[in-house]
Amino acid sequence: MNRAYEPSGANLITADSVVKDYNGHRALNKVSLKVPEGSIYGLLGPNGAGKTTMLRIINQITAPDEGAILFRDKPIGSEHISQIGYLPEERGLYKKMKVGEQALYLARLKGLSRQEALSRLKLWFEKFEIGSWWDKKVEELSKGMAQKVQFIITVLHEPSLLIFDEPFSGFDPINVNLLKNEILQMRERGATIIFSTHNMSSVEELCNHITLINQSEVILQGEINEVRDRYRANKFRVHFKGEPEKLSRGLETGFELLQMDENGRGQEATIQVTRDGGSNELLKNLVHITEVKAFHEILPNMNDIFIQVVNKASKKNVQP
Amino acid sequence: MKSMISLIINREYMTRIRKKSFIVMSILGPFIFAAYVLIPMYFATMEDKDEKKVVVLDESKMFTEYGPNGASCVIPDREFLKFEIIEGVPLETFKEGFDQSGYYAILFIPKNLMSSESSLIYSTKQVSLEVSEHIRRSMENEIEHLKLAANDIHDIERILAEVETSLNLRSIKWTKDGDTQETHTGVVMGVGYMSGLLIFFFIFFFGSQVMRGVIEEKVSRIIEVIISSVKPFQLMMGKIIGVGLTGLTQFIIWIVLSMVLITGLKAAFFPELNQTPTEQVVGSDLFMDGQSEVAPAAAGSVLSGDDMDAAMEIFASLKNINLGLMVGAFLFYFIFGYLLYAAMFAVVGSMVDNETDTQQLVLPVILPLILGIYVMISAMNNPDGALPFWFSLIPFTSPVVMMVRIPFGVPWWQIAVSGSLLIATFVAMTWVAGKIYRTGILMYGKKITYKEIWKWLRYSS
Repeated sequence: MNRAYEPSGANLITADSVVKDYNGHRALNKVSLKVPEGSIYGLLGPNGAGKTTMLRIINQITAPDEGAILFRDKPIGSEHISQIGYLPEERGLYKKMKVGEQALYLARLKGLSRQEALSRLKLWFEKFEIGSWWDKKVEELSKGMAQKVQFIITVLHEPSLLIFDEPFSGFDPINVNLLKNEILQMRERGATIIFSTHNMSSVEELCNHITLINQSEVILQGEINEVRDRYRANKFRVHFKGEPEKLSRGLETGFELLQMDENGRGQEATIQVTRDGGSNELLKNLVHITEVKAFHEILPNMNDIFIQVVNKASKKNVQP
Repeated sequence: MKSMISLIINREYMTRIRKKSFIVMSILGPFIFAAYVLIPMYFATMEDKDEKKVVVLDESKMFTEYGPNGASCVIPDREFLKFEIIEGVPLETFKEGFDQSGYYAILFIPKNLMSSESSLIYSTKQVSLEVSEHIRRSMENEIEHLKLAANDIHDIERILAEVETSLNLRSIKWTKDGDTQETHTGVVMGVGYMSGLLIFFFIFFFGSQVMRGVIEEKVSRIIEVIISSVKPFQLMMGKIIGVGLTGLTQFIIWIVLSMVLITGLKAAFFPELNQTPTEQVVGSDLFMDGQSEVAPAAAGSVLSGDDMDAAMEIFASLKNINLGLMVGAFLFYFIFGYLLYAAMFAVVGSMVDNETDTQQLVLPVILPLILGIYVMISAMNNPDGALPFWFSLIPFTSPVVMMVRIPFGVPWWQIAVSGSLLIATFVAMTWVAGKIYRTGILMYGKKITYKEIWKWLRYSS
């Protein structure tokens, strides 16, 4: 997990207190973020939080009302367009146009020469095993098929920044894996990737950094392991051999037994640490009262953190 | 960035001209056009051959002349309309036997015509407007003459002659070049009218294609992919130019094919039109040797004679038009009129989610153009009037109205003002359209109010 990522320190994209209003509704409220070069950056948040607006602003499709976007520390401009590949959430293609012709057209709009675009497209179509679609009209393709074509169009010009808005929605598990592998490979080649998603397991698998946006504001931001660390609950799981009774009676104050399970592998206890000292103190206590087979901390998953943080933020908004 | 626009133009053009509908319309268009020209011509010759006889029962005796061949009617005959006086047969008797008589209609002129000022025309068919107008006018003329004569004014002949002289003076003043000038007006009017109408149809037809193209991109949601590569303005202009070139291509195909078709069909269906004058004379002589005064081919030979004359006159009067200016002005108003309106159509497309929502927005866009057509029609009678003058300067109507004025001669400064205004408005409109378009194409499922559009205009880029 995340083995290839070595932070270089430089930021590819910097957003500085970006504000965007739509007809009296504030879609983004002073959103700042820093996307390190060579990282996979997750933009998370419930529906309507402002993720797509943020991605559109980075793509220069819309302009921010306040704030600025920097690309390698310089204000972003039209010269950066060819360095960005964007896969929008609402994906579309010309329905009446043939797949190959269309891919060629869109690749050339990104500045590739006809020759270059043709040879790259050939490689990608072989890789995704869709060579036979070249002369089909888009309206003949299924949704998943069209999404594959769109993905190829997005990455074809090998941009240094890739932006995916909900890249996994609509794909079957096999194609989700295909896509994940491609994204990881692109990062290994040095590309920076920003994607928005609801799919928390993909965040844990892929992302190095996250920003969680809720109701137009950033409510959580940081390196993913650091975020997890921040939300650890000091809960531990012990796999042991012995009397459950003895364990529950032998626990010192500050260690609270939350749950006792018995399954095929034996006994398991979930314990909450409420005093200082943490895992070592608990382990010391445990070895006196039972035979510890395994011991590990329960780390919160991103799904739990997401729900916890969003709910807290919503409550705060309801009762200020 | 220029190359991006040319890529977009190329796609718009290529995908459109390869469409089945484009190919079908390119081929069918000239047939429809040729049919428009030839079918009325065909019916005109059909109808002409059908001779109509009107029997005149003249109780007033005011319209009866007695010559060596017996009684004849004062109302002049026309080529396929003959008048025949029958005396001593009461109307009722005639009505009874009408079906077998073969007459077209009965004109009944009562004894008290002078006091009642009305006569009656009876027929089992609907009497055509042309026939009844001819009769009415001829009778009016005759009655006026009689009334004047009845006044028994001293020197009436001289007074009448004087009246006529003054009329002649006026027409001499009007037509310095003689007869050709008069034909000129008709041809000139036709050329101007056709140009204006062509521009109208071109703007309307291909303007709505631009609109549909914008909606297609919006509905299919490909718009976001494209405008993450190019600026919305480039996409809009590329589309407008691409569709415009498609339209020009189609027009050129139509014009070439129509000319080929009309020439070909004319030769096939009206071979007599292409005969040389000498052949006609021989043909007519043959029939004159025969007894029939209504030779079946007379229609053909007369038509061909007229046709030759008309062709010569049209040719002569076309030489009087400043053809260079006319073609130049046509191209100028054709192109800039289209560009101006296409930008507005693009805006309409960007503001809606589907085609059914466009109607209420399209109407205000094309209203000035329709107004232009009305002004153009009135301008044909009075090309230098205040209304045509102003509407040929206003850029939203000038492409249509100016075209009908130019053949009559328009001062250079007016053309210059009208042209500059059109270009300036086109630039301003495209700028405004780009701003609305940019925001509109990303809006979905929202009713867009004019207040909102005003806000979009003020967004910074």
